[in-house]
Amino acid sequence: MQSSSGIAIEVRGLRKSYTTKSGTKQAVDGIDLEIKSGEIFAILGPNGAGKTTTVEILEGYRDRDSGEVSVLGADPGRLGRTDREWRNRIGIVLQSAADAPDLTVAETVHHFANYYTKAKDPDHIIDLVGLSEKAKAKVATLSGGQRRRLDVALGIIGSPEILFLDEPTTGFDPEARRAFWELIRALRDEGTTILLTTHYLDEAEALADRVAVINKGLVLEIATPDLLGGRATAPARVTWSEGGQARSELTQSPTDFVKTLASRFDGEIPDLAITRPSLEDIYLGMIGEL
Amino acid sequence: MRTIKLGLLRGGLEIKEFLRQRESVVFTLAFPVILLFIFGSVFKNKIAPGVTFSQYFVAGMVASGLVNTGFQQLAISIPMSRDLGTLKRLRGTPLSPISYFIGKAIVVTAAMLFQVTLLLGFGALSFGLHLPTSAALWLRFIWLIVLGSACSTVLGIAFSSVPKSGRGASATVSPVVIILQFISGVFFVFSDLPKWMQDIAAIFPLKWLTQGMRSVFLPDSFAIKEPGHSWEIGKIASILVIWLIIGTVLSVRSFKWSKE
Repeated sequence: MQSSSGIAIEVRGLRKSYTTKSGTKQAVDGIDLEIKSGEIFAILGPNGAGKTTTVEILEGYRDRDSGEVSVLGADPGRLGRTDREWRNRIGIVLQSAADAPDLTVAETVHHFANYYTKAKDPDHIIDLVGLSEKAKAKVATLSGGQRRRLDVALGIIGSPEILFLDEPTTGFDPEARRAFWELIRALRDEGTTILLTTHYLDEAEALADRVAVINKGLVLEIATPDLLGGRATAPARVTWSEGGQARSELTQSPTDFVKTLASRFDGEIPDLAITRPSLEDIYLGMIGEL
Repeated sequence: MRTIKLGLLRGGLEIKEFLRQRESVVFTLAFPVILLFIFGSVFKNKIAPGVTFSQYFVAGMVASGLVNTGFQQLAISIPMSRDLGTLKRLRGTPLSPISYFIGKAIVVTAAMLFQVTLLLGFGALSFGLHLPTSAALWLRFIWLIVLGSACSTVLGIAFSSVPKSGRGASATVSPVVIILQFISGVFFVFSDLPKWMQDIAAIFPLKWLTQGMRSVFLPDSFAIKEPGHSWEIGKIASILVIWLIIGTVLSVRSFKWSKE
């Protein structure tokens, strides 16, 4: 249904505040998003930026104070009788969820398959997330990373059109993360829309087709990872030593600058280096941590 | 139909889970047997010719087993599952809460049937417990177990919304159960209790379940000692059905998948 418009998720002016003992906290302060069908979209931001609140509103877990939300053409805050039909089309991997520790991986995945009308073959899914060897192991005996992969298996068992992943690789070792990224790309290639929250820059850079950077409940920018924060056009920094002092210059034309600089020196320019801002520099600058 | 089918599947899964938790199996199944052993050993007197205290007490044990296995267990374990995020995950799937409730009712009923078989077998072998002799009494016994389990399940689910967290659940739920047991004639002969206490107990289902169980395990001559001077089987069934409806409505309305 949603593929005709090409938009899987649309958010306009989303706001949500919480009342705590110390006062009212504006967790989401007017967010707009438009996520296309079939893309991997990452929401990147520091802890407490409003990522989880936003995603949980889209997943139908939380109410919102105001704004328009449409996920697969439906408003997750007003599903009513269409709730189960809608949930049949989405998959959710929560930040923290525990399963029955005394059931095996295979029993758990096979059981969840019953909930969906378009469930995939459970054994294939167990294989896909790399848990074949643990299929007969009880959930209680799994390592943190293996549990996370079980979470993903339960999120994708129903062939979702949209998969929500909330900080999916927290606590993974580098090898497991790479394997996980491959899995997510494979799902995207099958046509699944993926909305991912992360506070890892490299994860957003490696996976996402587009990234929204959010902080303090606001979207700071939405762009492809290579264009984020004007990264492609950011000035280069040329650093060198002159007269025993460290010098530096920001320039749009580092080649010309170095040519001019070279004419002032007889031979090598001491400590010459040309650097472009890394994604991390850009990101930290955006969220005000630099 | 799908809701019922998924409910049955959840029931099967929950029974599997239950049987793998050794502590809960031992506690749920053996606890009534241990209590019967202690009470049976302490009170060797007969409360009437041919009727031992154990014979009277077993009716209370079966009835309070229904409250422990259903109401108490669910009102404590559901808040814990809520804390762990197990329920939040289920909420994210197309599973209907009704299927979840059906699964709980099935595991409670199954655990009750195990528990009762063990209790009656032990009682008959070691304490000379007289089991019902007529098919009619056995039939009454079975519907009391099934209706009692269903009632206890929905009230447990309804009450699971009261404790704020899994950690505090036991402290909130246990006093309710213990007080009910004392005023409903589980540990004492009900007709010995003060009238006002009997009247309060009559509001809640445990008193009626216990009375129903007495009608199964005690001679008919005891019926005269009941407040209504008869077993009041029709009234028992009606009151349990009313509580079943109240519990179901409260469960559906108040059930919380997560803490927020």
